[in-house]
Amino acid sequence: MVQGVLSRISGPVVQATGMRGSQINELVKVGEMQLLGEIIALKGERASIQVYEDTSGLRPGEKVEGTGAPLSVELGPGLLSGVFDGIQRPLAAIREESGDFIARGVQVPSLDRKAKWQFNPSVKNGSHAETGDVLGTVQEFNIEHRIMAPAGVKGKVEGIQSGKFTITHAICKIGGKEVTLMQKWPVRLPRPVREKKHFEPPLVTGKRIMDTFFPLAKGGAAAIPGPFGSGKTVNQTDLAKYSDTEMVVYVGCGERGNEMTEVLETFPRLVDPKTGKPLMQRTVLIANTSNMPVAAREASIYTGITIAEYFRDMGYDVAVMADSTSRWAEAMREISGRMEEMPGEEGYPAYLGKKLAEFYERAGRVWCLGSGSHNRSGSVTVVGAVSPPGGDLSEPVSQSTLRVTKVFWALDSALSRRRHYPAINWLKSYSLYLGELREWYEKNVSPEFYELRGQAMALLQKEAELQNIVQLIGPDALPDKERLVLEATKMIREDFLQQNSYDEVDAYSTLRKQYWMLKTVLHFHSKANSALALEVPLAKILESPSRQKIAVLKRTVDKDVEGKCRAIIHELDGEFAK
Amino acid sequence: MKEFQTVKEIFGPIIYVEGVQDAAYNELVQVIAPNGEKRQGQVLETSAGMAAVQVFGPTTGLDTKETRVRFTGESLRLPVSDEMLGRVFSGAGVPIDKGPALIAEEKLDINGSAINPVARAEPRDFIQTGISTIDALNTLVRGQKLPLFSGSGLPHNELAVQIARQASVAGKGGGGKEDFVVVFGAMGITHAEASFFMQDFEKTGALERAVLFLNLANDPSIERMITPRLALTAAEYLAFERDMQVLVILTDMTNYADSLRELAAARQEVPGRRGYPGYLYTDLANIYERAGGIHGKKGTVTQLPILTMPDDDITHPIPDLTGYITEGQIVLSRELHRKGIYPPVDALPSLSRLMNLGIGAERTREDHGGVSSQLYASYAEGRDLRSLVAVVGEEALSERDRKFLAFANAFEQKFVTQGRYENRDIEDSLELGWELLASIPEGELKRVKPEHLEKYGMKYRQGNYVHKRKTADETLHAKHGRKEHESSGHAQHGTEKHSWESDKTAGRKTQAGQKHPGKKIAARTKITRKRK
Repeated sequence: MVQGVLSRISGPVVQATGMRGSQINELVKVGEMQLLGEIIALKGERASIQVYEDTSGLRPGEKVEGTGAPLSVELGPGLLSGVFDGIQRPLAAIREESGDFIARGVQVPSLDRKAKWQFNPSVKNGSHAETGDVLGTVQEFNIEHRIMAPAGVKGKVEGIQSGKFTITHAICKIGGKEVTLMQKWPVRLPRPVREKKHFEPPLVTGKRIMDTFFPLAKGGAAAIPGPFGSGKTVNQTDLAKYSDTEMVVYVGCGERGNEMTEVLETFPRLVDPKTGKPLMQRTVLIANTSNMPVAAREASIYTGITIAEYFRDMGYDVAVMADSTSRWAEAMREISGRMEEMPGEEGYPAYLGKKLAEFYERAGRVWCLGSGSHNRSGSVTVVGAVSPPGGDLSEPVSQSTLRVTKVFWALDSALSRRRHYPAINWLKSYSLYLGELREWYEKNVSPEFYELRGQAMALLQKEAELQNIVQLIGPDALPDKERLVLEATKMIREDFLQQNSYDEVDAYSTLRKQYWMLKTVLHFHSKANSALALEVPLAKILESPSRQKIAVLKRTVDKDVEGKCRAIIHELDGEFAK
Repeated sequence: MKEFQTVKEIFGPIIYVEGVQDAAYNELVQVIAPNGEKRQGQVLETSAGMAAVQVFGPTTGLDTKETRVRFTGESLRLPVSDEMLGRVFSGAGVPIDKGPALIAEEKLDINGSAINPVARAEPRDFIQTGISTIDALNTLVRGQKLPLFSGSGLPHNELAVQIARQASVAGKGGGGKEDFVVVFGAMGITHAEASFFMQDFEKTGALERAVLFLNLANDPSIERMITPRLALTAAEYLAFERDMQVLVILTDMTNYADSLRELAAARQEVPGRRGYPGYLYTDLANIYERAGGIHGKKGTVTQLPILTMPDDDITHPIPDLTGYITEGQIVLSRELHRKGIYPPVDALPSLSRLMNLGIGAERTREDHGGVSSQLYASYAEGRDLRSLVAVVGEEALSERDRKFLAFANAFEQKFVTQGRYENRDIEDSLELGWELLASIPEGELKRVKPEHLEKYGMKYRQGNYVHKRKTADETLHAKHGRKEHESSGHAQHGTEKHSWESDKTAGRKTQAGQKHPGKKIAARTKITRKRK
């Protein structure tokens, strides 16, 4: 291995000489403390290294050792419910080693080397296997962890047998190469797939404004930009809790320590409605808080998505929550600044857009690699939070993100200030998956679902226009028909869009419930409209007792909603018939 | 220890030393001026043959001929012990209260280390500050970092001392009433402001349970880089080694960020927004993230940083980045201040992210969440109507709208407004909320649960029910307290001589009984800034 000498230290980027022969992106050990770093530039025998730990105390003249391998993650049993830092070091093991505060230079393997896992093979000795083929399974909690043939192997399977193995113990030989339960993969390289598929089922989130108005497809990419305090993190943790995905990789990138703690303490207590097991068992947490080293923050996003791709390759639907991609971009900017690169817009490196696009392109719904496994498909859905300075979306990170994501959930501080949650602005947000998902919604929810959605959106748009007039001349000056629009949209906003994440019932709405709630509100509007045409005074219409009943629908448990809605619709028909 | 006399260049607060082969990054350095004066510094950049050192002090008097630079081989450390309570230190950590030298139990690296996310305990213990807009609407919990976003000329200092004075772990969650130890870090504030804090701490006896680090406006600006780190190191020691509940007040973070900008400019770094360096976020995070609790430790560090928003602009990089790191913010409003409302907390942009963890039946009261949300929504509605009224006049409003308009006014006058020594407990604040909500039509109360409305709200809607408030002991001060605290600005404190020594007896009743080492010195707190 190459061994060089530190020549200059200034912040998280250091320089070393005598590094000829090392590769770009190679992992190195820096100084006496053996801090982990990655080579990010090479010039002659000089290397620039970003160091994943605090560089205080390093001196020129200390040695730098190459490892010959790029920054990689360990993939295998033991990942689920794990909590790792940005370069996949297990935080619980680090705590055992170094106490409550993170010390430097702690060397702990990412996955537990001592734990033994029961392996049950699904292929026979003598059969043919190649990269991506499932060799057998390990039961991890209640999830079937499929052990796949790693990259670059092909040939006859030999010596495969069931039994309890550690992750580094050979379970068989394929074409003469030993295969273990664990494999490694370099984080900056997307894991290969056979073929990308079109987007079909939506990722059902249980949030009415998302599912009904701006749906995200499984395998799609969404951005949640918003100023501080508008609810990015709450929305992301809610997605992690309630969305109908089989696994979640939650990347806390440069965010608050206490928020990570909240996830850590609530997820083991919350139960996945589908499996009845704690949510933590389907979650991998990457926690690189804002006071942890900036270079590891840059790596954390890649670490997260690589783990997600690994589970996707087994044939699972995985969601990645990246909170926040702006911190990741800022980490890139900081490293770039220390490298004295020519800055692009607002000091961000010129390759910012490229890096963001590369990251979001790792999302997708795919046919997985492996011979004859066309029946195995998985997906990685990416939801990235963006924290634009001052909430101004014209800044480079927001703009580059919007170019590559197809769903935009625009958080609005004006809404959050009045405690309208989720504070997603219905006029600014959009989803480009609407067309692809139409068939699915019409088949699985209701044929009239898209029509109802369209009506509601049109009303909300109309409201925005009317509000401009009201601001000038007051609501009394409007004709009754238009005042009715304002009343109806108020119901849509308050009784449908607003959703309380902390209310046991309201926090999650099934698609059926969403459909019936929307249908009922719109039914009120259409009935009231016809009554107005018959010259019934607006004040009288608004006295209708049904309005109160509509308001409490959100707190009604799912199975009762349809019945209640039918009753209200029936009542409305009766009422207005008079 | 290696000594060099090879200063090559002095540029602002940075000196470049030649011939140094292996200075450690961030190593502590002593700079000895030709006249023998010693100053501290820290290695900013090191390469074989050259080290750049930032000097925590004026560079005036340094030269490129005789100035000597000693590399100590250590990182910057703060000596800590229990004896720190009641003491006053300079912004560089040197005692300036004429007390005896500190006998250190430990010397801690002032940069600290990140708390392992796995080791963090979820903050969930309600802190009662006695201020309705905070307790009821933006609840503070132990281990939280909640900044005050203020502007020049607003009474943020008064509010900060009031919180420091009244903060207690009350409610059902905490184990009885427990007072906070205050660690106070001042960066670049005026002598008058510092004296205001000192006087108030002294008056209420809080000084004996406080540690102060003062870097005043005329002290070297680069020293501000270490002042908050010293304060937090002391706080972490008291909380995690000595099991105390610590409240850290840092003021003014804007001055801190400006020093960071000064340093970045001197190093000719590529500037980011408004000239602040691109790593301002990371740097601020390293300060703000040093709050929280740890599993298995009794003590906690709660942070209350104060920053003045330049031109009241909340999108300015300092408040903006702060808001992204901290768990909410308390925003003071000039408009409310002009109306004579104290504390001028603007509820709408204020937020406490950890509120939901600290409230509810087991911690405060079951209706807390609903009442808070309802007050917010109704006040927001009333505020919107104000702008409408400005255009169309109040007559054009419907009956319903007029109720909301009246509610918004009553909310500001009764709920937001309270005395500087008025300590409302959470029960009082919530009852006050219900009392005000009684003027809103019942059908509009969508945020509260019907059963809570029945249980807590109905009595106000039905008759002339009056909630009997518990008299808080601190209200006594309002009568006996000295008048100048009631008046606005604190300019007058600056003109008072020996202001920190005066009136020792006034507020001792409350906390003076508590025994603590270091209290002998507390009385002698006149600051004389003598530096070596």
